[in-house]
Amino acid sequence: MYVAVKGGERAIDNAHAWLAEERRGDTNVAELSLAQIREQMSLAVNRVMAEGSLYDPDLAALAIKQSRGDLIEAIFLIRAYRTTLPRFGYSAAVDTGAMTCDRRISATFKDAPGGQVLGPTFDYTHRLLDFKLAADGEVPQAPIAEPRMEATPHITEFLQGEDIIEREPASDATPGDLTREPMSFPAGRAVRLQSLARGDEGFILGMAYSTQRGYARNHAFVGELRIGKVPVEMEIPELGFAIEIGEVELTECETVNQFKGSKTVPPQFTRGYGLVFGQSERKSIAMALVDRALRWEELGEDNLGAAAQDEEFVLSHCDNIQATGFLEHIKLPHYVDFQSELELVRKLRREAQELAEQMATQEAAE
Amino acid sequence: MSDYNFAYLDEQTKRMIRRAILKGLAVPGYQVPFASREMPMPYGWGTGGVQVTAATLVPEDSLKVIDQGADDTTNAVSIRKFFERTAGVATTEETTKASVIQTRHRIPEAELSEDQILVYQVPIPEPLRFLEPRETETRKMHSLEEYGLMHVKLYEDISQHGDIATAYAYPVKVEERYVMDPSPIPKFDNPKLEMAAIQLFGAGREQRIYALPPYTRVVSLDFEDYPFEATKADYPCDLCAAEDSYLDEVILDDAGSRMFVCSDTDYCRSRRAEGHVGRLGEEAA
Repeated sequence: MYVAVKGGERAIDNAHAWLAEERRGDTNVAELSLAQIREQMSLAVNRVMAEGSLYDPDLAALAIKQSRGDLIEAIFLIRAYRTTLPRFGYSAAVDTGAMTCDRRISATFKDAPGGQVLGPTFDYTHRLLDFKLAADGEVPQAPIAEPRMEATPHITEFLQGEDIIEREPASDATPGDLTREPMSFPAGRAVRLQSLARGDEGFILGMAYSTQRGYARNHAFVGELRIGKVPVEMEIPELGFAIEIGEVELTECETVNQFKGSKTVPPQFTRGYGLVFGQSERKSIAMALVDRALRWEELGEDNLGAAAQDEEFVLSHCDNIQATGFLEHIKLPHYVDFQSELELVRKLRREAQELAEQMATQEAAE
Repeated sequence: MSDYNFAYLDEQTKRMIRRAILKGLAVPGYQVPFASREMPMPYGWGTGGVQVTAATLVPEDSLKVIDQGADDTTNAVSIRKFFERTAGVATTEETTKASVIQTRHRIPEAELSEDQILVYQVPIPEPLRFLEPRETETRKMHSLEEYGLMHVKLYEDISQHGDIATAYAYPVKVEERYVMDPSPIPKFDNPKLEMAAIQLFGAGREQRIYALPPYTRVVSLDFEDYPFEATKADYPCDLCAAEDSYLDEVILDDAGSRMFVCSDTDYCRSRRAEGHVGRLGEEAA
């Protein structure tokens, strides 16, 4: 005899207990510490901080541990935690020109003040599995160079001196805040960049790639890519001036893009911009390409109907927490809706069959 | 969970949501944008409804949570537990004893009263979304009351299938102004949308809240020669013999035999307690 499904509560508790056990894995294997994740899985930590919109490597490491390494789940944990935090105010805009760069490369100039600094990159590694790591991960100390003391100027500043690249007009307007106001379109570049900065790396990568393959191509040169730490300053009302409250690691990418010019503007280069928490190179380059593609209207370009040019399309679908939630919710019970569809389809089929039978008898009679 | 504020959200956020609710009540059927927060459950699990409930609850409230009409589906259990923990409010499974009812996909069978609030979880608040994917366009269509596209869709259904091929989330017109998505309730529930209770609709991921004040006129879209029809499986409940309640179909064995039971578990339970017995039911002890 059917009993109405009871025991949802016990099922949930048991599922959670099992999940916890699976997360821990074989207890004969030592448990991961947060410090291990933070130090040795740092690019995963960086991605969780970037898309979780919260700069805290220890919390990101905890989220990765708790989520069994599912980074979107970890990002979700961070987002849900972040929204409960009190908001003291906004920091001053960080000055990436004052960054202490671990890495700084330009694809447009062979050399420039500040130099090319490869830094800790996979770029020229040969992707051969290093079986030594399976046994022993200890490494010799890397050589240390004398740190540069002076600031590293942005490459685009040199182009700007010649006026051959568009100027970024400075603005004192308060930018919108994606986390405090509902998204509306047109979103404006500030909100657009916020959205892309926390958007899913895979989605942004795919969008950027599509522009490279011809869907709103904007031929981008990486004018500069820099990774390093910048101080974060905040104005304290009681003091009346800004003080440094910490530092964050950022990846910044500025692309230099072709532009033919228009009736009012002589030919000059244009820009795309990417800025992401942590060492997140792929994401920041992709972000810069998508940013540039989305700027078609303000630059007087044609709308080619490409997905990457479509602000509403890109911003509505780049957030992986929204996307995964809605995607996965279809596994929740839908008995009621399905039942109503079931009845509708049965009815339509019945009517279609009756009609067919009617036609058949009519034909037989004729 | 004492580290969290009453009903989880901070007071500023609740105030922001209450403003959206009040605006929604003032303009019935209009989708009010609100700055939806990330909640500790995923988008798609009812974050909109949860935020509306959180902003609505007071400590004296008695909360009921249903999903597919049932109190004991897993997600209903989970949301009820969330508010037990974060708000410490009393919870109930009895429709008549609840002051706030959060629901997904159903309207309870028992008639609601003026001192109750029904909160819906909404996945896609825009009734025109599957006709026009752009928000910028659909907002324009609403403001111009340009609903021709919807009527064309219903007409095409009839010309193709002989019937309006929408079985749930059946569009309604509110006070002869806004076309509204009643959330994915079966169209059987549509006539109940005109009720004494306050109805609030929360869409978290889509950042929209809308509302129906008590006794608002809500008309399901149709044509004179193809009038709207609230349908259900043509059987009585196999447990409580109710003929007037929406039924779930349950597959019983490999041979595919079926039974039909009330989707509203509290309605079914209370009828059985009154001594009603269906085809496969047992006498109440």
